[in-house]
Amino acid sequence: MKKHTFADTATMLRRNVRHTLRYPSMTIGSVFGPVIMLLLFVGVLGRTLGAGLPVGTGGYIGYLAPGIIITAVASGSMATAVAICVDLTEGIVDRFRTMPISRVAFLSAHVVNSMLTTVASTAAVTLVAVLLGFRPHATAGAWVGAIGLLLVLTFALTWLAVAFGLVSATPEAASNAPMLIVFLPFVGSAFAPASAMPAGVSQFAEYQPFTPAIETVRGLLTGTPIGHNGVIAVAWCVVIAAGGATWALSAFRQGRAQ
Amino acid sequence: MTETNSHAVAVSGLRKSFGDKKVLDGIDVNVPAGTVFALLGPNGAGKTTTVRILSTLLRADAGHARVNGHDLGQDPDAVRASIGVTGQFSAVDNLLTATENLVLMADLHHLGRRAGRRRAAELLDRFGLADVAGQPLSTFSGGMRRRLDLAMTLVSRPKLIFLDEPTTGLDPRSRRDLWQIVRELVADGVTIFLTTQYLEEADQLADRIAVLDGGRIVAEGSAAELKRLVPGGHIRLRFTDAEQLAAAARALGADQLDADALTLQVPSDGGQAALRSVLDRLDAERISAAELSLHTPDLDDVFLALTSR
Repeated sequence: MKKHTFADTATMLRRNVRHTLRYPSMTIGSVFGPVIMLLLFVGVLGRTLGAGLPVGTGGYIGYLAPGIIITAVASGSMATAVAICVDLTEGIVDRFRTMPISRVAFLSAHVVNSMLTTVASTAAVTLVAVLLGFRPHATAGAWVGAIGLLLVLTFALTWLAVAFGLVSATPEAASNAPMLIVFLPFVGSAFAPASAMPAGVSQFAEYQPFTPAIETVRGLLTGTPIGHNGVIAVAWCVVIAAGGATWALSAFRQGRAQ
Repeated sequence: MTETNSHAVAVSGLRKSFGDKKVLDGIDVNVPAGTVFALLGPNGAGKTTTVRILSTLLRADAGHARVNGHDLGQDPDAVRASIGVTGQFSAVDNLLTATENLVLMADLHHLGRRAGRRRAAELLDRFGLADVAGQPLSTFSGGMRRRLDLAMTLVSRPKLIFLDEPTTGLDPRSRRDLWQIVRELVADGVTIFLTTQYLEEADQLADRIAVLDGGRIVAEGSAAELKRLVPGGHIRLRFTDAEQLAAAARALGADQLDADALTLQVPSDGGQAALRSVLDRLDAERISAAELSLHTPDLDDVFLALTSR
């Protein structure tokens, strides 16, 4: 049988984009969360938190904004879990399974659509950060690097979210499972340096996947040292993407519980 | 040319269990191309499981199945390319319009942009959905939804269509509309594999009926053949007192009497002559019945007789 993976993915993507445009509340939701965190941490806690930081990082917003941007990427990607799970409750997915369609097309269309919405929501969050006084001073090359890393991270987290969505029994469960991921940046260097945390927590914060990503984006946008963080961040993304995609495909092939 | 090639569906020894629960316990089914086959059974008999296996949604634990000549296990994509499935739960995209749903199907079948749109328009017309083609599905009734569902199945002109309880939950009018559509499909040479719990539906549409109960096929044949499996029709007479009942039983030579209900059953084919002869004999003995009713066996009797445990 001749497969039409690309054509089928494009067809499925058109369907997903229509869904997103007609039912945009999930996308809007993934902008709201990070923006509220931004307002809370800058407006309410900013002065106190900023006082505990080494000087010369462009104020607390300069430290915080890259972390919030990563949080936006995480919550945008994780919204895919709910989208996938809701889609599976629609009878039409069973119809797709009885048609000679490339099995990957359905999932990859969801991934591409989710990446588009995450790019939009992350851009919106970045814009709010700039309005609140975030002044990145980065070269064009550094911007490209930062955006590139954010895209790779979005890709990896989205595949993981697809797997979460596929194995969740209900949309409610699908929205709970990724909460861990969305809050993981908190126990990283998003809001405060890992080195300032208590022993144990500090080690965890240093070695969890979000910290190198945050440190790299922060370094690229505000000039703090990056060290090996860039390589480690990309390596984490590759591992998460490969694991997530493998898990997602096998879950989709097996079908749902029965 | 082997026999299986002329069969749209050829299944032998199909088995499926979910955990400890045996759902299908060795099913053999052969459906000649161009006919309507009905799988009839109560809820939980295994009808939907059978359709899910034959439409590649589920893997059987054991058994052989060929669908349109393709081996189900070895070439599922060839099977998928030749079938259409409409289930009891609507398989439509609720966030798209009717046209968008049909064009989605056309695109996934790679009909090409122009041909796909033409096919969509044609089906909207045929299923009486042209007026609501651009409306969101949230405004659709159950009957409209089911018609769109079937239209989506037909986009690729499949040779074999699985209809899994296609009229469950529909009002009588929508049910009749759907039956009409099925008859038109059969006239076009399409094979229909139908599951239903409505005997009337099987009687109306099917060339052959298999009664499925507890994961086994307990009877198979045409509607007429199945009806012959249960005791024939009878005339039922009710009397006002036991004396009359006894006299009638003597006069008619019938022994199926119910002394409490004061009723007597006389075997009969329900024809005019048989009825007249009973009435004549009653008249001759000056016995008058309070009530007379004719009972011909229908699939209900067959169903109850075969599926009672």
